[in-house]
Amino acid sequence: MSFIEKDIESLHELLKKGEITSAELIKESLTKAHEVAQKTNAFVTIIDEAKPTEVTDDLLSGIPYGVKDNYSTKGILSTGSSNTLKDYVPFFDATAVENLAKKGAIPVTKTALDEFGMGGTGTTCHTGVVHNPWDYKRMCAGSSSGSAASVALGVYPYALGSDTGDSIRKPAAYCGIVGFKPTYGMISRYGLFPFASSLDHCGVLTRFVKDAAIVTDGMKGKDPKDMTSWDSKDIHLYQNLTTNVAGKKLFYIKEICDIENYPNASQELKEHLENFQKTLHLCEKLGMEVTGVSINKDLLNAIPSVYVVISCAEATSNLSNLTGFIFGPRAEGSNYIEMMKNYRTKGFSPLIKRRFIIGSYVLQKENQEKYFKNAQRVRRLIVDEIKSYFQKYDALIMPVGTGPAKLLEGSKDLLKDDTDVLEEHLQIANFGGFPSITIPNGFINNLPVGVNITGNCYEDQQVLNIAYALESEMPYKGQLAKEVTE
Amino acid sequence: MKIIPTIGLEMHCEISKTNTKVFSGAKNAYSETPNENVLPVDMAFPGTLPTLNKECVRLSLMMSEILHCKEPEYMYFERKNYYYPDLPKGYQITQNTPPAPVGMGGYIDIEREDGSQFTVAIDNIHLEEDSASMNHLYDVSTIDYNRAGVPLLELVTTPCLHSADDAILFLEYMKAIYQYCDISEADPKKGQIRCDVNVSISENDELGTKVEIKNVNSFSGVRDAINYEIKRQTEALEAGKYSEIEQETRRYDEESGTTIRMRSKVDAIDYKYFVEPNIPKYKISKDWLAKIKESIPELPYERKHKYEKQYGLSSYDANTLIKEKSVSDYFEECLKENIEAKTAANWILSMVLGYVYKEDCQIEDCFVTPKRLKVITENIKNGTISSKQGKELFNYTLELKQEPEQIMKEKNMVQISDETALASIIDEVLNENQSQIELYHQGRTNMFDYFVGQVMKKTRGQANPVKVKEILTNRLSQ
Repeated sequence: MSFIEKDIESLHELLKKGEITSAELIKESLTKAHEVAQKTNAFVTIIDEAKPTEVTDDLLSGIPYGVKDNYSTKGILSTGSSNTLKDYVPFFDATAVENLAKKGAIPVTKTALDEFGMGGTGTTCHTGVVHNPWDYKRMCAGSSSGSAASVALGVYPYALGSDTGDSIRKPAAYCGIVGFKPTYGMISRYGLFPFASSLDHCGVLTRFVKDAAIVTDGMKGKDPKDMTSWDSKDIHLYQNLTTNVAGKKLFYIKEICDIENYPNASQELKEHLENFQKTLHLCEKLGMEVTGVSINKDLLNAIPSVYVVISCAEATSNLSNLTGFIFGPRAEGSNYIEMMKNYRTKGFSPLIKRRFIIGSYVLQKENQEKYFKNAQRVRRLIVDEIKSYFQKYDALIMPVGTGPAKLLEGSKDLLKDDTDVLEEHLQIANFGGFPSITIPNGFINNLPVGVNITGNCYEDQQVLNIAYALESEMPYKGQLAKEVTE
Repeated sequence: MKIIPTIGLEMHCEISKTNTKVFSGAKNAYSETPNENVLPVDMAFPGTLPTLNKECVRLSLMMSEILHCKEPEYMYFERKNYYYPDLPKGYQITQNTPPAPVGMGGYIDIEREDGSQFTVAIDNIHLEEDSASMNHLYDVSTIDYNRAGVPLLELVTTPCLHSADDAILFLEYMKAIYQYCDISEADPKKGQIRCDVNVSISENDELGTKVEIKNVNSFSGVRDAINYEIKRQTEALEAGKYSEIEQETRRYDEESGTTIRMRSKVDAIDYKYFVEPNIPKYKISKDWLAKIKESIPELPYERKHKYEKQYGLSSYDANTLIKEKSVSDYFEECLKENIEAKTAANWILSMVLGYVYKEDCQIEDCFVTPKRLKVITENIKNGTISSKQGKELFNYTLELKQEPEQIMKEKNMVQISDETALASIIDEVLNENQSQIELYHQGRTNMFDYFVGQVMKKTRGQANPVKVKEILTNRLSQ
């Protein structure tokens, strides 16, 4: 086992003791990145010129990490995995990256994503399809595909992700690792290329729950440049991490999790939901109470469409700054309209253009009330409903997706007509800004699957603690991707 | 049949008095150097976010109070989405849909020079950001982002005005308010004030077809655009072709003083307004509003009425004094120097403003400050110099940029009031003008002024004219 595959605490100790240097860790990380680059297609940029930092008492000092390519990084190509920004080198760091830099963390890669985070397959990156390291014929899910693949392969202990629908938490499940997005506003979004501002969260992909706590501590903080950020200086996630979760009350949604809801369920789905039940038993073993609650099915069925309407509407506006005038490759044209049109027509993938059209459509004067405003109302209803359960319960526990990673071949792009709520329910946490974590909870056909824990706003510690306790009772902690051989 | 024009105005005024822009920490300042006051957010670099300048909100709420508007319970913003190269984000952050605007449904009373009054109904006033400025050259256009994100207050009236004159009076008064409240320099030359105008005509109570004229950048332009539109529409009506007047957007062409069609209402842009998610809604506290209300400074009409009632100035003079805050401040400074109000007003309206207009400068730049004016007027008052000398002294002070006292010494500007001395000069003049004395006694009383003039000539204007007249009357009646 190479050093770089260890958890952050262990690496820190080794660095402190001088058993390894920051430079050596970077070298290990870069070597590994180059080794897996071609097969996974996980990277937009491998930062070969990454410089070691001084090892301090800070756990993150001297340790390399990966950055999703929709984070602005000073002097380093930041493309959002889009042709529209294929040569864009920002002159400022995203606040989260800057905060980590202050702690001595070293970015060594920029990881591929679905173009601007708008996809759940990892197939729409301008650098090509990202492959799942457990089975290269399969997808990583998305949009934090490159971050998930590289962390699963042990290129570094963690990589930054962003999560608008489930973009950290779904890829984490497909790659058998941990994915955490804290409460909305705990981490500043300044410098994160926006997809849908009211749903966008920064977060992290790791192999250990403890590492997720350490990195979130490092990224978070009120930022004068982001009005939605809030003061969390009295919150110390790593320091207060505990496996003592006895007495905690969990709930799951029966309409989504019970196998009876799926009369035509595949073997895979059955196994996935059975495995979820096993995890629930484990929770009980840890002294937690688990209750299945019933939520109006119409409300649940509305989740995917609410997400599509709100995210597309905000996206079409958010990405209007991409005209090629100020940054990006300026297009030819005899007037500004032609220049803009040529730039946007050539630069964006068809999937994104479809989303822009949906976004424009639902915002049009004659449609806004019916689609956009109603979506916002239903979003509120869903959030209120879930929050009412958070009055009685500490957290929501749910299976991630319908099973393990899907095959790339025959995969539909993610703006799909499939309204399977099981596939999309993680969006609830984006609607409410809830802290939400995915951890691996088993295997189906030798491929990892995940379970998700979501809590009320500002209950990040509780969510992490429950995940930490569960992780410690399961044999998947810190696991690295092993290619499945059939 | 009488044709009644109806006019509505949208007045955009930049808030120029805050340190930073409205949604950006960049400096809020006018600059001739392009792209000097710019942060990444002003150019909409990916990942940048707006941050709300609270001082802009305070000043907007102050305007809302002055205009007797209703404030919203929550402060929040919306995006107005459209593509144009001067709009880096592809949307403008603004407040369009009620109850977003900082002020809704107010009014303000405006006074005409003849003393009559009219009320302008305010639809709303809202806070938004300015766009970048563009310069269209022969074969290339340049963009300057200094202005991008500069705070802008847009004031929308209902269609309630009925003449270009009233429209201009309203705009001028609003401009004065912006200055008095230290919200804006409100200088159209710096592009700080821009107007959209809508005009319709009607023969009855129902409003006619509304034509909107965009981006009129001076008050004289507003006047010309309104009058041109009234004329154009009236001519159509009188020719029986009113149906050809279309609900459309036109643009004012400064060179020709006409308006030119831009687009029909049918082609109106759908701005797809929605709430800006990056600026959290927040409650406007009653305490804060009360504090803001208390902090409203003395408004121009309050000063005007004071000048009329307390100092006995004419409505016309009072109005001229209050138009520009700097002029009114100068006047009040004169009063603090104990210059008598009417004297101060006369000096300002003739000499001081005469100089300011001639030099096209600011009253603050006038070397004759209220303190120096006091020296001049005081010397006139106590008879040391004549009022004619006073005017000379004023001009010398401006020209030489020296203290008036010093100039008086150097130029030996002392009024001759000594009766014996004056009497001997007067006798001299009378001796030299025997035939004129004859004429005077024959009834040519205007010869009196001739004698005074001769005395003044001999004394190079230093003779005390009152005394001269006294002695002269005496001598001639002997």
